[in-house]
Amino acid sequence: MQKFTSLSAVAAPLPEKNVNTDIIIPIKRLVGTERGTLGEFAFEPWRYGADGRPNPNFVLNQPRYAGAEILIAGTNFACGSSREGAVWALNEFGIRALMAPSFGAIFFNNCFQSGVLPIVLDDAIIDDFMIQAREVVAGSEFNIDLERQIVTSPDGTTVTFETESFRREALLAGLDDLGMTMKRIGDIDAFQAADRDARPWIYGLQHKV
Amino acid sequence: MASRTMFDKVWDLHVVADLGGDMALLHADRILVHDLSGARALGALLEQGLEVRNPELCFAAPDHTVTTNPATGGIGNFHETCVRPLQDLTAQGKIRHFGLGDKGFGILHVIGPEQGITLPGTTVVCGDSHTCTHGGMGALAWGIGVSELVHALATQTVMQRKPKRMRVNFDGLLPDWLSAKDLILHVIGREGAASGDGYAVEYAGAPIRNLSVEARLTLCNLSIEMGAKVGMIAPDDIIYQYLSGRPYAPVGADWDRALAVWGELASDSEAAFDAEVNVPIDDLAPHISWGTSPEHTIAVTDRIPDPADEADLDRRQALSAAQEYIGLNPGAPIEGTPVDWVFIGSCTNSRLSDFAEAARVVEGRKVSEGVRAWAVPGSEAVKAEVEAAGLHRVLEAAGVEWRLPGCSLCVGANGETVPAGQRCVSTSNRNFVGRQGKGSRTHLASPAMAAAAAVTGQITDVRKLMG
Repeated sequence: MQKFTSLSAVAAPLPEKNVNTDIIIPIKRLVGTERGTLGEFAFEPWRYGADGRPNPNFVLNQPRYAGAEILIAGTNFACGSSREGAVWALNEFGIRALMAPSFGAIFFNNCFQSGVLPIVLDDAIIDDFMIQAREVVAGSEFNIDLERQIVTSPDGTTVTFETESFRREALLAGLDDLGMTMKRIGDIDAFQAADRDARPWIYGLQHKV
Repeated sequence: MASRTMFDKVWDLHVVADLGGDMALLHADRILVHDLSGARALGALLEQGLEVRNPELCFAAPDHTVTTNPATGGIGNFHETCVRPLQDLTAQGKIRHFGLGDKGFGILHVIGPEQGITLPGTTVVCGDSHTCTHGGMGALAWGIGVSELVHALATQTVMQRKPKRMRVNFDGLLPDWLSAKDLILHVIGREGAASGDGYAVEYAGAPIRNLSVEARLTLCNLSIEMGAKVGMIAPDDIIYQYLSGRPYAPVGADWDRALAVWGELASDSEAAFDAEVNVPIDDLAPHISWGTSPEHTIAVTDRIPDPADEADLDRRQALSAAQEYIGLNPGAPIEGTPVDWVFIGSCTNSRLSDFAEAARVVEGRKVSEGVRAWAVPGSEAVKAEVEAAGLHRVLEAAGVEWRLPGCSLCVGANGETVPAGQRCVSTSNRNFVGRQGKGSRTHLASPAMAAAAAVTGQITDVRKLMG
């Protein structure tokens, strides 16, 4: 998994609340497709018109946000379906970090499996960052420092954010959940051994019906 | 021990390791595997040379991409690319696979409870956000991504941050022709699609105790639509009676021991919740969504909201965009809106009681000309129950198509979709842009309301139709 340490990049503002993962990647793009091909379909329903051409009004089609690696989003971003393809599509499009007042809870966990950093910030800060991102002069960037947990916006404002220390260490080292849990197999063996005595009905299910 | 909520009790039972902060490694008692995320996860697992740690705790069914056309036996366009790979991968992983032709086949969130796989106090995970459905059994159940699923299959654990706790307290008597679907749509419409962000929700109150198992599953199913990954209801005798004798439910001494544990799961009377929401239900009318988020929900007697009444600019624009997509005008009554399609099905509402309710409404009536109405059972077992009761004949006599089990029109992953621009009253859980097909317009409602729309050709207050 790719590491995340720090990032300086253009940020695109997407103020809509409750953006769902069906918008980020439609289901038909996830049926029988391979990872690595999803970037062009990120936000497909909004990014392209009925004729299949890029919709010039959509933020990620606007030249000043070309190369944006950060998305500033509204409340409850990426709610809905658990599809991890939403993270893959964003990441393959080039997004490495997201800032929003809140995220869909399943999406939030999925981000950490691909080295994408979701940052939760207060509404007022997000509102201010949206304004800064909209008024951006070409080339001005937001800086995200994960080690120090600080975001610096183009006007020089710095805000701190929180990540679980466990999650932070994993991102800094480029480890996904599985890499870390494989070191704890002994804990799992011990849990199951005790649990088989305490809750025998959970285990030993035979193939029935 | 200090007072604890039901959520905390179940969480505590499953902590394999404390990872610091609010993070824990939790044991997954049950892993459910479907033909999209599940096949992908199993493929990735085996590719990495890893094995399924506890195949006997994993269960699979190809619910998303099977076709529900009765003429096909369920074999559709994605049979070779999705359905067969799941069959092959589960055989390699030694996982119980409820495939096409198996009398246990169905939507995972229907067959979990039905087979006795989902039990009170268990943790259930699946690469599907509506896994929260199983909370109706008193399970701690939530949706995970593909990578988390690979992790779960390899280690039988999931890494989770402990959410805050919310209790939604219902109070009053459920009015005639209202259902669990109306209750939860009302909550989401009132509280918002983000109101459950960061919470595990427990539904409580006297009306909940009176709900059937199927109604509880419907209620918990929509928890994710208010942002809550987890929704739960304390188990009681209604649940135990339902489970007793089901194929994977415990028997004998195990059953007695399980009952003793389940009886202790309810939240302690002194347990503190981080948030409490109170919902009086005496005067509720049937609910239906008008827009493109489940929070865009109103009583059927209400009018479409006017964006001009919104002070917040972003919210105003969002309402306008939703109305443009859905093709409705601000201030117009929602009742009387013409419909083209009706879908009764999905993990929300595809169980025996749902079809019984729909049958009561359509009996002696005809599906309105120009309307296409589908009834899609959640499982082979539901299909058999409905047919044994003769309800499918009632539906078919009215002109409702009685189909094969599967997720079908809820998400259109199998190619079954509502055409662009057409309007569908649907018993499913999401009215997102393009959810039922590119350009499709979805109105979420109960089976009774969907049936009423089918026979009148428009959005109708089922109470008027049924006197």
